[in-house]
Amino acid sequence: MLLRHTPKEVSERKALTVNPAKTCQPVGAMYAALGVHGCLPHSHGSQGCCSYHRSALTRHYKDPIMAGTSSFTEGSSVFGGQSNLLQALANMFTIYNPDLVAIHSTCLSETIGDDLAQIVKKATDDGKVPEGKKVIYCNTPSYVGSHVTGFSNMVTGIVKGLVEHTGEAKDQVNIIPGWVEPSDMKEMKGIAARLGANIVMFPDTDGVVDTPQTGEFKMYPDGGAKVEDIATSGDSIKTLACGKWASEGAAKWLDSNCKVPFETLDIPIGLGATDRFVEALANAAKVTIPDSFISERGRLVDVITDMSQYLHGKKVALFGDPDQLIPMTEFLLDLDMIPTAVVSGTPGKAFTQKIKELCAEKAPNVNVANGERADMFLLHQWIKNEPVDLLIGNTYGKYIARDEDIPFIRHGFPIVDRIGHSYFPTVGYNGGIRLLEKMLGAVMDRQDRDAEECKFELVM
Amino acid sequence: MSNENKLPDPSAIKEEILAKYPPKIARKRAKSMVINDPELDQQIQSNVRTIPGIITQRGCTYAGCKGVVLGPTRDIVNLVHGPIGCSFYAWLTRRNQTDPDEQVEGGDNYMNYAFSTDMQDDNIVFGGEKKLAQAIQEAYDIFKPKAIGVFSTCPVGLIGDDVHAVSREMKEKLGDCNVFGFSCEGYKGVSQSAGHHIANNQLFRHVIGLDDTEPKHKYNVNLLGEYNIGGDGFEIDRIFKKCGINIICTFSGNSTMDKFANSHMADLNLVMCHRSINYMAEMQETKFGIPWFKVNFIGAESTAKAMRKIGEYFEDDELKARIEEVIAEEMPSVKEAVAKAKLKSDGKVAMLFVGGSRAHHYQELFGELGMQTVSAGYEFGHRDDYEGRKVLPTIKVDADSRNIEEIKVEKDETRYSPRASEEKLEALKEKGLEISDYRGMAPDMADQSLIVDDITHWETEKLIDFYKPDIFCAGIKEKYVVQKSGIPLKQLHSYDYGGPYAGFEGAKNFYADIEKILSTSIWKKIKAPWLNKETDPCICAEYVA
Ligand code: SF4
Ligand code: SF4
Repeated sequence: MLLRHTPKEVSERKALTVNPAKTCQPVGAMYAALGVHGCLPHSHGSQGCCSYHRSALTRHYKDPIMAGTSSFTEGSSVFGGQSNLLQALANMFTIYNPDLVAIHSTCLSETIGDDLAQIVKKATDDGKVPEGKKVIYCNTPSYVGSHVTGFSNMVTGIVKGLVEHTGEAKDQVNIIPGWVEPSDMKEMKGIAARLGANIVMFPDTDGVVDTPQTGEFKMYPDGGAKVEDIATSGDSIKTLACGKWASEGAAKWLDSNCKVPFETLDIPIGLGATDRFVEALANAAKVTIPDSFISERGRLVDVITDMSQYLHGKKVALFGDPDQLIPMTEFLLDLDMIPTAVVSGTPGKAFTQKIKELCAEKAPNVNVANGERADMFLLHQWIKNEPVDLLIGNTYGKYIARDEDIPFIRHGFPIVDRIGHSYFPTVGYNGGIRLLEKMLGAVMDRQDRDAEECKFELVM
Repeated sequence: MSNENKLPDPSAIKEEILAKYPPKIARKRAKSMVINDPELDQQIQSNVRTIPGIITQRGCTYAGCKGVVLGPTRDIVNLVHGPIGCSFYAWLTRRNQTDPDEQVEGGDNYMNYAFSTDMQDDNIVFGGEKKLAQAIQEAYDIFKPKAIGVFSTCPVGLIGDDVHAVSREMKEKLGDCNVFGFSCEGYKGVSQSAGHHIANNQLFRHVIGLDDTEPKHKYNVNLLGEYNIGGDGFEIDRIFKKCGINIICTFSGNSTMDKFANSHMADLNLVMCHRSINYMAEMQETKFGIPWFKVNFIGAESTAKAMRKIGEYFEDDELKARIEEVIAEEMPSVKEAVAKAKLKSDGKVAMLFVGGSRAHHYQELFGELGMQTVSAGYEFGHRDDYEGRKVLPTIKVDADSRNIEEIKVEKDETRYSPRASEEKLEALKEKGLEISDYRGMAPDMADQSLIVDDITHWETEKLIDFYKPDIFCAGIKEKYVVQKSGIPLKQLHSYDYGGPYAGFEGAKNFYADIEKILSTSIWKKIKAPWLNKETDPCICAEYVA
């Protein structure tokens, strides 16, 4: 037993988090910043955080993740990090020549109270930012929120720093995709293209963290949202923010500063959320939904009707980010599966409420937790009390899955022991089919494994 | 070093690299890039701060303390006091394997858990000591561990939470749990290295020497600086067992608190990773009289050499004979394996930029494969790791080292007993056994090889262009950068999830893995075939009507 010390009895913990179902803000900020073309993320703090965040992202995407650090030492911690950051900016532009640098803070620079706005202004005034280059920034104290909060803060930093509001309306819709995989961003762009909708999407890590092997390392890969496109997003018709936690902040900023109205949607995972996404996008872009979407949707529905017997009534436990878990739970319910335990370390009361609402009819006894102490230790204890047929979550779930002998599919961040997430979407109708394939694969492999030889069957 | 090892002069590339830097930085980096002459004493700048904005391989003090030294100990609850991230990132990411026996009582294993106080903003504003005390209590109530280690992260140091005071209080309160803290805030020091030092200090202060039980075996050693990545420690255990040598404690692969507590009863300390743990060896020598010498179990020849050194030290013919027997038993299959791999590897070129000691040790393995290391450096080495311990007295302590506590260790009046007499040690030294010494990496590297400390991303790119190595060894952050340049990268921290690479079996694994890398066909197919068309001779013919 790998987690042999986890007792079945749930005892109240007030101060101890064990096996967190979240991590800290800067890693999200770093990921979001990579979604801008030509951008070098920069971590303002001691280099350990930057090293960890780069490693975490590298292990998940299996691609180069470049970022600078202010490399604080004791002195900078006492006297403030201004000189480190000024020096860092000058060095990065000289040596690594990015189009823009996206700075995020860490717990350290936040605790000493470094004022990023003032330092960036000073850098610009002192001529440390070359002509035509940009510096954007956001605050990401890790003792608030989670990695999702950091992602959101950087997306807001991106619009704040890059949007040029001209007042001249542009016939386009902003899509803020939320913390999803590059494959998902690609699929969302594909949906927009098939709809004939004109969009600006940011951040967009498609082509940045899933780069091709060509024998040539590119510090700034071809992908990413273009600065000049983001600049126009203040003149768009509307913003579609996918995921309340990761995307609403930037959408709100565009609304209050550029009068671009927004609508918050779920990340289009599963049937219902995809339906809403497609409709909302078609409405906003004023296009009619082509018939091909009836087919696209119909294929997903077909797989569900064909295979529903294998999933109907199966119990599922899941953990991850709120923006992902909400539509995923809805999808599971559409499949008549029963979510029994849903955990997100990312705080936000709306999450618990939403999951309870969704489950009210079909799974009223669902256990939900989020925020502090909503960790995988608790999830595991819940599973011990009510065994499940399937576990969905990031790689760390494999320890629970092994101990409790539960079929397991990987979804979320980080996935460090499998591939596929960067290449195959789980959003949209097509993504729904992939999710089904994975779930059915896990559940039916198990059925095969456990079948007595006389009951082992060819056709399933 | 013989002339045939002489490499092409890298001065030009060094100049080219430096030309890109602003002048002040160029001057600084120049001192960290040395064109090696093994005959000379060349000074290398190292263990100095990384320049802000430079893309570096380095991590932080906390990573060295919690991640490297304490991480591999299975029966301690390592509680990270800070916001959630620090604990999350060090959760199972260093591959320290362990083998707790579930059947036996005390087969505790907390290594698969990540513990954190998950500090929130009100803890930052009002202080987190209460929360820490509560978290220790809860950890105790749920897990009843033998020990709880508390690690400070950056914000904790800044707001002034006293992890030591809280730990002391809780230790007293709990009674049967050894609670102690580490001031290993990430910003202390210039790299992981500071964390190693802090970890050693606290282990020495709070654990070493707690159990005076006499070992039952004849030859008792500790293995210092072996972290059991990929099961290296298991392989070394196997060899020691075969030879009849008892490892009291490994620091800290597959280790337990009880083994630490008893480690001062050993006759000898064997230091693998000089950087991370020379402190422990020295402290144990001063306090208890245990001599130490440097060993290397990376490479079959190195392993044999290390085992023979141990035989020499114990001056026991029976043991020496047993060691020779084991070497004779193990070597034939090693020779066979290397001969096979060599068909692919002979004459190939490697570059190595990894943590302390590994950048040195793996050169021997590559040497066995007929491969030369043309450029190497440490992520967080100090001058002695390059130039040898002889430079220690001359190293000036700068501000960044001064804030790492140097603990005062004295002879233990009752328990000090010199395991070997001065005369014996002198005699052994005369025989070439480097007692209490380490010569560093530079003397073992070829003439004109390029040594680079704390290599930057920019330097990495240029050196790849210059040397076009057949293989590049580094860590996860470098892995895909290098591979996207068309050069295979072997991770030497995680071994790309292979291993073990230590000892005889490990060497064979390494040969096979390198052979695999060097014969991986895809590297030759990276370019789309149509891109080569212009240069390819192309036969174009037309039908004659
Ligand atoms: S929690 Fe804070 S100190 Fe820790 S890794 Fe994250 S940003 Fe760094
Ligand atoms: S060999 Fe390297 S990575 Fe390993 S502990 Fe020593 S310094 Fe660290």
